[in-house]
Amino acid sequence: MIVFALRRTLGFAATLLLAALAIFFLLDLLPGDPAQFILGISATPEKLAVLRTQLGLDAPAHERFVGWVWGMLQGDFGTSYTQQAPVAGLIWERLAVTLPLAGLAMILSVLVGLPLGIIAARWRGKGVDTSIMVLAQMGVAVPSFWFGMLLTLLFAVALRWLPPGGFTPWSENPLLALRGLVLPSIALALPQASILARVMRTALVDVRGQDFIRTARAKGLTMGEAIWRHGVRNALLPVLTILGLQLAILITGTIIVENVFYLPGLGRLIFTAIGERDLVLVRGATIILVLAVTATMLLTDIAYALVDPRLRERSPS
Amino acid sequence: MTNLMKSLGLALALAGAMAGTALAQPSEVRIGVALEPPILDPTAGAAEAIDIVVYQNIFEGLTRIDQNGEVQPGLAREWTISPDQLTYTFKLAEGVTFHDGTAFDAEDVKFTFERILAEDSVNAHKEFFTPITAMTVIDPLTVEMTLDHVVGRFLFDLGRGDAVIVAPESADNNANEPIGTGPFAFVQWNKGSRVVLEAYGPYWGEPVHLSKATYVFISDTSTMTNALLAGDVDGTNNFATEALGVFEGNPQYQILVGTTEGETILGTNNRKPPFDNLKVRQAMAHALDRQAIIDGATYGYGTPIGAPFAPHNPYYVDLTGTYPHDVEKAKALLAEAGFPDGFSATLKLPPVAYARLSGQIIASQFAEVGIKLELINMEFAQWLDEVYTNNDFDLTIISHVEPFDIGNYANPDYYFGYDNPQFQALITELNGTTDEARRKELAVEAQTILANDAVNGYLFELAQTGVWNAKLTGMWQNSPIEGLVLRDIRWTE
Amino acid sequence: MRRVLAHPSLAIGLAATLLFAALGLLSLAWTPYPIEQIVIPRRFLGPSPEHWLGTDHLGRDMASLVMSGTLTSFVVAALAVAIGAGVGVPLGLAAAAWGGPVEWLVLRLSDFVFAFPAIVVAILITTLVGPGASNAVVAIGIFNIPVFARVARGGALSVATLDFVAAGRLAGLGNAAVAFQHLLPNIMSLLIVQGTIQLSLGILSEAGLSYVGLGTQPPDTSLGLMLRDAQSLFLLHPWLTLVPGLCIVLIVIALNIAGDGLRDAIDPRLRQSETNVTA
Repeated sequence: MIVFALRRTLGFAATLLLAALAIFFLLDLLPGDPAQFILGISATPEKLAVLRTQLGLDAPAHERFVGWVWGMLQGDFGTSYTQQAPVAGLIWERLAVTLPLAGLAMILSVLVGLPLGIIAARWRGKGVDTSIMVLAQMGVAVPSFWFGMLLTLLFAVALRWLPPGGFTPWSENPLLALRGLVLPSIALALPQASILARVMRTALVDVRGQDFIRTARAKGLTMGEAIWRHGVRNALLPVLTILGLQLAILITGTIIVENVFYLPGLGRLIFTAIGERDLVLVRGATIILVLAVTATMLLTDIAYALVDPRLRERSPS
Repeated sequence: MTNLMKSLGLALALAGAMAGTALAQPSEVRIGVALEPPILDPTAGAAEAIDIVVYQNIFEGLTRIDQNGEVQPGLAREWTISPDQLTYTFKLAEGVTFHDGTAFDAEDVKFTFERILAEDSVNAHKEFFTPITAMTVIDPLTVEMTLDHVVGRFLFDLGRGDAVIVAPESADNNANEPIGTGPFAFVQWNKGSRVVLEAYGPYWGEPVHLSKATYVFISDTSTMTNALLAGDVDGTNNFATEALGVFEGNPQYQILVGTTEGETILGTNNRKPPFDNLKVRQAMAHALDRQAIIDGATYGYGTPIGAPFAPHNPYYVDLTGTYPHDVEKAKALLAEAGFPDGFSATLKLPPVAYARLSGQIIASQFAEVGIKLELINMEFAQWLDEVYTNNDFDLTIISHVEPFDIGNYANPDYYFGYDNPQFQALITELNGTTDEARRKELAVEAQTILANDAVNGYLFELAQTGVWNAKLTGMWQNSPIEGLVLRDIRWTE
Repeated sequence: MRRVLAHPSLAIGLAATLLFAALGLLSLAWTPYPIEQIVIPRRFLGPSPEHWLGTDHLGRDMASLVMSGTLTSFVVAALAVAIGAGVGVPLGLAAAAWGGPVEWLVLRLSDFVFAFPAIVVAILITTLVGPGASNAVVAIGIFNIPVFARVARGGALSVATLDFVAAGRLAGLGNAAVAFQHLLPNIMSLLIVQGTIQLSLGILSEAGLSYVGLGTQPPDTSLGLMLRDAQSLFLLHPWLTLVPGLCIVLIVIALNIAGDGLRDAIDPRLRQSETNVTA
């Protein structure tokens, strides 16, 4: 087990290094000059040269790469070109929106998706199963940004229950902050809940026919009791893998929804920072996203291997 | 899982209960603006978004521009100009303090302009102030500036956001914690969402009505619409014209339609064939149907222009009839120029709605005379790099938003590459002239030359279309200079 | 054919998918009006005999736009699937056939791609070469690679231990021959099912990318771009948002139903691969 965990951690570090290289050198290729952007249409060659020196854009690429990685290892992500503030602080502010948003969407999709999957499996083939599966089919087919627009129209503009977008900082009023995340997290959770419901149903239907359920039935449990006591636990394995993947998808998938609801999250930070050629900021924010996703996958793999020893032989697909 | 469900249910219920308390107090205002500034120091960046937040609110200059575009006394209460128009003596206001408590005096003025003129200055408009050759502090409230040549609009330039007065103690931190002398002090900036300002108690001038102002950054039109409808913001200075219909006829809102200094043009690379040929440019001018562009791109809110000059300017002359929309004439001119079957060109578009929409419409209009346009959408940084700096383009669409910027056409290195010595001489004479009647004559002549030469396609003057809560008053209807001045804004009940 | 008809969901899904695809293909030869024809005075018309689905904010015919937009969405998604399968399947097969360091490398590469925020890659490609439908193809295609690599490897591993593979090895076939002669044919059905799923995800991704301005650019059109154009007019002209939005939903549902049906028709045991939906 320890060997497995070590091997996976090594792979994790390799992925991160690869990502750091890709992020750094891809961004170096971008057309457009950060200094030009800051000075706008009144820039002169002299002013540009002065600003480029001030921003440290003169050094050769490999030196800047080593400096960047070394700084990050010490927790220093550099200073934003356009905002003239430490990148680490800027990212931290945005994570305070993106992580709770992804987490809330995750909780919602579990709370809605799993019970619906269990109900559908319990009454397999009945009307309730069909309706749930039709809903789930629609849930994965609706673009989240379109769904977000419809939600806003209903809950923010017509009913005025929830804000149409924007965000109040947690430090100011946690409840208002939470209110701002409700609609976006519903929009994000819909496809994930639909997928979870389908996976849960399939997994349960698969275990229905297996020996331990038959044994349980033979002991006098009803089908419902047997599924609840034995089936759900066994079906949780495939669900767990999906959950890990979904969390990763949610963290990166918030970008479009952040745009719809105008949330100051990490995704929108990257989006605007690339437009402004604030490369230091883009690099820092992207590597944090990559770190979050790879770490989630690493933990899922290790947790999965703990539950199911067979998987330690070959890393799971 | 049940615990999770319970706490989530509780949170949702509480969130619902909070819904009623989100309304702003009457002495506060929440303003939606489309673009977030990269920094808050107007002397270190060109972005209009900076001035929208800070100009005349946090920072003040020696003079200030009022909503009619006139120069008014600012921190300089009065001034005298020497007969040769080269020496300006300013009397400064008394009892002024910066928001950090330090006192304001003539040394701060000297510091400010030395900072603008310094070798390593990144001020976006350093060139307006390079004529200053000497600054003398006569006493703490008197400062004298000497110029090396006559500058007709020097007092106006002193009122720009680029020339606001900063203090040596705080200037270096103004990017993120701006400290000025204005009626509003900076409170906080939540990056990506808003900036909060509060009325500055010891303000030296007339007290303002608002106690607090919050700028909320919303670039997306539908989000802005929703925020206005839900009362999350009390107004916005420039709302997308395509969705204005949502607020028309609704008594809870007022729509303020005013002018801006933004002349929208079909920027043409005059260096490059076939655009160096006057006949080709004239053909393109005849091919443009301004009214369709204005209807389609601005929903009728733009004003047609025939030269790069603002229609509300007293020097303006209507030249929209120079090359009227005429498809046959355009085809004939193209044939004369050696392009009987037209030609192909690219049209590079920056990421603003008016440019993207106008581009599609112009492509369809040009197709009628045989000019095939390939539309290339780009980000602003890329546009600056390729079009503006490296002049690598055929055609582009952009609005020139600075007041009285006709002088750009006298710069042969400017991105559209118009090189006309006669015009350059005219502008030099205009800049050195202070006599009103003569200035007007010269300005009219300049406009006529540019119209006849069809340097660029002159499309329309952008309108400012503000949407505000009907109970608010004191907003600027027009936008003679970049900014959103809070000074006179108040609730009427 | 009998197999298709025996699975009603497959028949319905396939028929609906083909209907949309046919409408899209038709747009190459004929649309009611030319899609680039801008006529400002006739904008925002409701549905009528002349304009079956009305006109948009530039006076273009919505029915023509929907036809052409559907084609773009399909083509982008299909090319992205081709990229994903073309690169991913050989990688996955190689990982299964060789094992060891090759497998480790393939898995790391697929982790790496997967960990990279898709939209950031799309933004990067767009800023490097300018926005356009072809960039959407590449951005979506890149993320299809690890999906196909994982599915191919997983499927191949499950058949690699079967007798005929062992027989092939005994007959002296090398890794490459085993992979292509024995493993590939046996995971074909798995790949087709995954292809259908990725096609529907590709259509959603194209819509998302175009919606934030990174995908298809005018004067071309796609369903996502139509949504973007219409979103600020949502309250005034909700019709313009509903038409392309519903088209996306219907196409994706059709593809998913077809995919589910295909899976049942080919091999009921494959239902477990539903876990790949998210990947």
